[in-house]
Amino acid sequence: MNSEAKAVSGNIGLFVTCLADLFRPSVAFSAAKLLENQGFSVTVPIQSCCGQPAYNSGDERKTRGLAKQFIEQFEEFDYVVAPSGSCSSMVKIHYFDLFGSEPDWQKRSQQLANRTFELSEFLLDVLKVSLSGVDLNPSNGSEGLSDKPFVDSKITYHDSCSGLRELGIRSQPRELLKQSCGVEIKEMSNSEICCGFGGTFCVKFPEISTRMVDNKIDGIVETKADILLGGDLGCLMNIAGRLKRTGSKTRVYHYAELLALETEGDLVDDGIAGEKNV
Amino acid sequence: MEVLTHNFKPAAKKALLDKDLSAAMGRAESGFVDTRRKVTDELLNFEEFRTLGRDVKNHTLANLDYYLELFERNVIAQGGHVHWAKNGEEANRIVLDICKKADARKIIKGKSMVSEEAGTNAALERQGYEVIETDLGEYIIQLAGETPSHIIAPAVHKSKKAVTELFDRYHAPMGYETVTEHEAIVDQARQILRDHFCSADVGITGGNFLVAETGSVAIVTNEGNGDLTSCLPKVHIVTTSIEKVIPDMEALGGFLRLLARSATGQITSVYTTLFNGPKRDKDIDGPEEFHVVLLDNGRSEILGSEYQDILRCIRCGACLNHCPVYTSIGGHAYGWVYPGPMGSVLTPILVGRENAGDLPNACTLNGRCGTVCPVKIPLPSLLRKHRSDLVKAGSQGAVQKGMLSFWYVLARRPVLYGVLMRAFKTVLSLFALLDKAGQRGRIKTLPGASAWTSSRDLPAPGKSTFQALWKTAQSASNESEK
Repeated sequence: MNSEAKAVSGNIGLFVTCLADLFRPSVAFSAAKLLENQGFSVTVPIQSCCGQPAYNSGDERKTRGLAKQFIEQFEEFDYVVAPSGSCSSMVKIHYFDLFGSEPDWQKRSQQLANRTFELSEFLLDVLKVSLSGVDLNPSNGSEGLSDKPFVDSKITYHDSCSGLRELGIRSQPRELLKQSCGVEIKEMSNSEICCGFGGTFCVKFPEISTRMVDNKIDGIVETKADILLGGDLGCLMNIAGRLKRTGSKTRVYHYAELLALETEGDLVDDGIAGEKNV
Repeated sequence: MEVLTHNFKPAAKKALLDKDLSAAMGRAESGFVDTRRKVTDELLNFEEFRTLGRDVKNHTLANLDYYLELFERNVIAQGGHVHWAKNGEEANRIVLDICKKADARKIIKGKSMVSEEAGTNAALERQGYEVIETDLGEYIIQLAGETPSHIIAPAVHKSKKAVTELFDRYHAPMGYETVTEHEAIVDQARQILRDHFCSADVGITGGNFLVAETGSVAIVTNEGNGDLTSCLPKVHIVTTSIEKVIPDMEALGGFLRLLARSATGQITSVYTTLFNGPKRDKDIDGPEEFHVVLLDNGRSEILGSEYQDILRCIRCGACLNHCPVYTSIGGHAYGWVYPGPMGSVLTPILVGRENAGDLPNACTLNGRCGTVCPVKIPLPSLLRKHRSDLVKAGSQGAVQKGMLSFWYVLARRPVLYGVLMRAFKTVLSLFALLDKAGQRGRIKTLPGASAWTSSRDLPAPGKSTFQALWKTAQSASNESEK
C-alpha cells in the first residue's frame, strides 16, 4: 500500500443493499473482501433499506422514516460503502433534499453523505488503489486467475443510470477491472441507456420495461460478449432475467464479484446463491 | 386538443405492438442523438450556454410581467396587435374574430404546438374555414387525421411507406402520381402547398422566442414554410404562449445556438425569421395585419410554484429523443400535445394531475433527459415531485399503497425484516425447485410477480441472506480466534 492509500483508514460500515442481501450475497461478500484487503475493518450493522423505493414512489414521509433509521445505523462509521450506484446516490444526493424542514437531520444526512461512497468510487477515487498498483487480491496470487470464469471471455459493461449520472461513475469500475484482472471491456453502443429496470417501474409498466431491456440486449448481443458486468443488482437482475428467458448464453455478474474473484456463478442460471463455485 | 392521458397504459401497450412505429422511432432516435452529440461537442462551451440559457430564462420568468408588457408595447409600436388569452377557447375565439374580420376562407399554418394545445384547427374548421398545415410533418399528419407525436418532428412516427400511401389516397384524385422516394414526396408536397400559399387569406405560425426589447417574434424552420405563411397572406397571426418571452437580441443569439443544436443537431436552422409587425410603407411584401395571441392556459399558475423550472422549456425535443420510454412507445400514447419527459412534467399540471397520473410514473428516473436539456430543467426531480404530489393527494393505487405500507412497516423493524427476508428466501427457493423448467437457480413463474416473470426469469436465492451468512461467518472466525 502506498502512502496515499495509507492516509485513508478506519471503520467501514458496509451498506449491503436489499437486493444483494436477498438475491446475491456474493456481491456483498466481494465488497467486504475488497475493502478488508485494503486494511479496513468492515462492519455490517443490522440494516434493512435506505428508502429508495418509497422515495421514487413519491412517499416522502416513509422515505424520511427510513432515512433517519439509516442515518442512525451508519453514522458511527468513518465510511459507508455500497456495491450499488443507486443506493449510495440515495444517501449521498437525495437524503439532503428530504430534510428541508428538519435542519438537524439535514445536517446529519449531509455529514453521512460526505462519507458515503459507491464501491468502485471508494476504491479508486478515495483509496486510489489501482494507481498505486496495489493488488486487490493479494491472497489469490496471479496463478489463481487462470481458471476464473472471465478468463478468455469477452466482457461488456452496463452503466447503471444513477451511478453514471448522479455520481459520475463510469471509468472507475473499468479502470479497476483493467488494472486488477486485465479485463478490457468490449463496449456496447448503448451502455449508457437505461435497461428498463427503474425500481417499481419494471412491474408497473412491464411491457415498456421489457421493450427497453430488449433494446439493451440488442446492444449486448452486438458485442458478442460472453459476460455482462454492471454495478447495480436491480439492472443486472433485469437484464440477466431477460437474457435467460430469451435463451441467451451471456452470463451476468456484478463487477465486484470479478474483482474479488468471488462469485456464485451466473446471476440467474448457474448456481444457487451461497454455493460458491469460483 | 382532446385529453387522452388517462388512457396511457393501453395506448402504450398498443404502440409497442406497432412494428412500423418501432422501426420509425429507432431510426429517429439514433439520428437525433448522434447529430446532437456531434454539434454540442463541437461548440466547446456548450455547457456554459446551457447555464446561460437557464439563468436568462430564470431572470425572465422572475420578471415575466415586465418583459411581457415591454414586448406588447414594442409590438404595438410597430403597428401590430397583442391579444391575451386565458385558455385555449379564448385563443381560438380571438383567432376566429380576426379571420372573420379579414373575410377569410382559407387559412395556412406553420407549425405551432400552442395551436395544437388550443385545438385551433378544429375550432376553425367547425366554422367552415379551410385549414392547411404547411410544415411537411404537420401536413402529413393532417392528411392522416392524427395529432403530432413529437414536438419538433410531428410525423416522426410515420414510415416512408405510410406517407406514400397517404399521398396516393389524397393526391392521386388530383392527378398526381405515386411517389415513393423522399425527394419526390417533398417535391409533390411543395407543388400542392405552393398553390395554398398563394391563395390563403390568413397565415398562422407559432413563435419560438418573443424578444421583448424589439417586439420581435422569432421562429426557426427548416422548410421556409413559416416565412411563406407569414408573408403571403394579408393577415399573419402568431399563436404562442407567455413563457416564450426573452429580454433581448443578445439572449436570442444564445437561445438559437442552444435550440438548433439540441433539437435537430444543426448548428443553425435553415431559416431563422424575425417578425416585426405588419408590412411597412417601403416593404415589398409582408402582411397587412400582424397579431400575436399570447396563451396562458395555466402557465401563470406554474409561476412561483415548485414546478416553475418547466417554464424554461424551449421545446427542442432533446428530452424526448433521449428518453428510452418515449423512443419505445412514441408520442401518441402520452395522450396530449406534449409527450416525453417535458410533457410528463407539463401535461399533469395543465390538464390536471388526477387525469394524468401515469405520465410521471412512466419513467425510470434514469436522468438522461436532464443531462441534455439546453436550459437545465431538472426533469427527473420534477417527475418525482409529481409522484409525491400524487401520493399527498391520495391518488396512489390501492394495491401499490398497501404494498408500500407493508414493506415500510417491515423495513422500519430491521430484525423482523431480516427474519422475514430469510423466510421469503426459503419460499422463493421452493418455487425454484417446483418450477417445471427444472433449471437450478431460476424461477420462471411466481404467483403475484407475473409483471416480472411474464418476460423475465428471477434468480433463485440461496439458503440465507447476506446479513445472516455474514453473522455466521463472523462468529465462526471469532470462535477460531479464541
